[in-house]
Amino acid sequence: MPVCDARCRLRIVIAACLAATTLIAPAGVTGGQDHPVAFVGGRVLPITGPAIERGTVVVAGGKIVAVGSAATTAVPPDAERIDATGKVIMPGLVDTHSHVGGGWGGDASSPIQPDVRILDSINVRDAGFRKCRAGGLTTLNIMPGSGHLLSGQTIYAKLRKADTIDDVLYRDADGRILGGMKMANGTNSQKEPPFPGTRSKSAALVRQKFLKAIDYRRKLEAAGDDAAKRPDRDLEMEGLLDVLDGRTIVHHHAHRADDLLTVVRLREEFGFKVVLHHASEAWKVAGALAKAQTPCSVIVVDAPGGKIEAMDMSLATGAILEQAGVPCAFHTDDPVTDSRLFLRTAALAVRAGMSRDKALEALTLAGAKMLELDRRIGSLEPGKDADLILLSGDPLALRTKVLQTWVEGRKVFDREDPDDRLFAVGGYGASRDQTAHACCTDNRMAETR
Amino acid sequence: MPRMSRHPAVPLAWAILVAGLTMARGDEPVPPLAIRGGVVHTMAGPAIADGVVLIEDGKIKAVASAAEVAIPPGTRVLQAAVVTPGLVDAHTVVGLTGWINQPQDQDQLDPTEPVQPELRAIDSYNPRERLVEWLRGFGVTTLHTGHAPGALVSGQTMIVKTTGDSVEAAVIRPTAMVAVTLGDDARPGGPDAEKKSPGTRSKAVAMLRGELVKAGEYVRRRAAGGDEQPDRDLRRDVFADVLARRLPLLVTVNRATDIDAALRIAAEFKIRIVIDSGAEAYLCLDRLKSTGVPVILHPSMRRAGMGETENISFETAAKLRAAGIPFALQSGFEGYVPKTRVALFEAAIAAANGLTTEQALAAITSDAATILGIADRVGAIKPGLDGDVALFDGDPFEYTTHCTGVVIDGRVVSGDAR
Repeated sequence: MPVCDARCRLRIVIAACLAATTLIAPAGVTGGQDHPVAFVGGRVLPITGPAIERGTVVVAGGKIVAVGSAATTAVPPDAERIDATGKVIMPGLVDTHSHVGGGWGGDASSPIQPDVRILDSINVRDAGFRKCRAGGLTTLNIMPGSGHLLSGQTIYAKLRKADTIDDVLYRDADGRILGGMKMANGTNSQKEPPFPGTRSKSAALVRQKFLKAIDYRRKLEAAGDDAAKRPDRDLEMEGLLDVLDGRTIVHHHAHRADDLLTVVRLREEFGFKVVLHHASEAWKVAGALAKAQTPCSVIVVDAPGGKIEAMDMSLATGAILEQAGVPCAFHTDDPVTDSRLFLRTAALAVRAGMSRDKALEALTLAGAKMLELDRRIGSLEPGKDADLILLSGDPLALRTKVLQTWVEGRKVFDREDPDDRLFAVGGYGASRDQTAHACCTDNRMAETR
Repeated sequence: MPRMSRHPAVPLAWAILVAGLTMARGDEPVPPLAIRGGVVHTMAGPAIADGVVLIEDGKIKAVASAAEVAIPPGTRVLQAAVVTPGLVDAHTVVGLTGWINQPQDQDQLDPTEPVQPELRAIDSYNPRERLVEWLRGFGVTTLHTGHAPGALVSGQTMIVKTTGDSVEAAVIRPTAMVAVTLGDDARPGGPDAEKKSPGTRSKAVAMLRGELVKAGEYVRRRAAGGDEQPDRDLRRDVFADVLARRLPLLVTVNRATDIDAALRIAAEFKIRIVIDSGAEAYLCLDRLKSTGVPVILHPSMRRAGMGETENISFETAAKLRAAGIPFALQSGFEGYVPKTRVALFEAAIAAANGLTTEQALAAITSDAATILGIADRVGAIKPGLDGDVALFDGDPFEYTTHCTGVVIDGRVVSGDAR
């Protein structure tokens, strides 16, 4: 096999430097691996390009340094070689909407709580994280529930092996924690006052709150450097300004076609960035969503109904959005879909007419874009994080197993490890540390019992 | 509608009535139908390559390789890559629960009393329910459906075909089993829940044993006759059928503790039971094996981390199979989204976790029919059985395969690729 030449070594050094300086590395976590690893001979699905039948992926310093044909891609001499012959390598999966970790966002005190952070309540030892790794997930958008118009700040979690929440956070170059803002409309957030009772009331409450944040910003700007004139710090207003200024993306739960378009209307009024989540009836308004270029993070479930807003959900939503040109990613909404079955979501979408390429992209790069993390994750390209999965076969085939999951060049799941295998298949103790939190479904389940 | 009685002879009368209605439904004769499949899984023998299924008068007339079956001229012929028997969902609540998930279409559980075996599934079933059509589109032709887990004794179950405009037209067995729940899910909910019984596992078992004891006394006194005999009591009538082994208890249990409790009750009263769900059944293989009690296993994709099912495993079906314990798979009960699971999909996950294709198919066809006591009607493609067939454009379990057709009693009831 060819060895690592000078250019190859240079790439490794550059990648390692990037990892050490500008990118990530939250406090206490090195983020990177201690020696290079080469996955050799597998079918490589880079997502950004065609499949490489006998390919090699080299990772070093927590970054991908080379992706190419095994015949022409050099392997560094000090690299650990992993024979991937007969196997498939693809990027770690990106779940744009998860409730793993037992976290809670806002409480019952008000319908809009932009000051609340999910990161303050997540248990990183939750068995759900181990199941995510067993399912090939490497990045999650962990969200508070949909029982509020705005239930709090989400986090983008990197599924490193973790002792504290800090270990899984994504941060930008300035050390700012990365995450979104969870919002919802439709029936989930309607209840007794102070919550809204109708859709129009929901929109009015949200609009009023954003107008207040605009006023807050005006006062801040008017005060300039004059400390005496500055309004007092206000965590709610700061959260909303992050949204209004485009630093934080709104992840908006919405099912019904008119609710989806209400979100688009609010976005046009206030100019925030938004991803529509669940989007059960997006297929009915695919043209309007395409025109508005509003990305949709879609859930695929085995049957329609369960709530009135989900009665018209369709397995073909992915296919219809693809045809219309609407950016489409998938999510688990775990516990609605078990994270170990995330690949199946894309396969069902293909069953209903979506193209294979777009379905695989919807598990990876499309989701990365919706979290604005696509410069770092979502595809196998040099310079991106070394987040990848080793599969026993085609990702959309029933009997395919996730064999290994790697995050930043470190193996975080190995199906051959009996302890990891327990979380992959279940069994006695496989839910250790997992809470019974079922996000937005608790009340509904109680009512129907 | 005739007045229904729980007298043992009445189910027979009901069955005759239903048979009459079924024939009435078929006033127009069912034209013969042939189905040619690249592979025909008969579930009554080895799969047949390039096979033909011939259906006449709604019943399987012949099944064999294409070379061996002469298709009568003029017979409509359907083609498929893979042909299976119509699928049997061994336990669901669909038809009592509806997709809207509002009070008006949720009849699977009356929470007002802990013990209500007199609640009949036939009095709640909606054959036009959208979820029935949804399951049928994925090849499911028979449902064992009825009252849900969630009360100590929630009511009766029944067996229907996924067709027909009335329950009379759909039903195969108007009363199949009596739905019992032990463990946490037997505890009542709602206001003042802590003041209601059963509040503990032991209390639930004591209450169930008490009902069976009282039913035994009821039977004894009724048989003795005379002025002292007790008045007719719907509840006692049902338990009398259980004691007489005419009806099995369908006992929904997940923890090994509760599985063992169910087996203990079965042994004490010498009654027939079927273990339902059984998340920890892999801890009880020897007891299940020695008692011969069958298991209708939870959906493969049932969520973990929700209390009693936290130790659930994708591999339990394979372990039951390896231990030689009769089992079937089911779509189960879902309280939210998705409102039902699909037996085909649940068996697929079992096939991906240790079962062969034929073994996983058996869990939703022949083995399911045997456990439900309807193997003389459905669950296999062999002469004399109902003409229920599912067609696929590939491996039925593969995610991207489609169910391309469904036939019930010789009639094509779905032709959409789904």
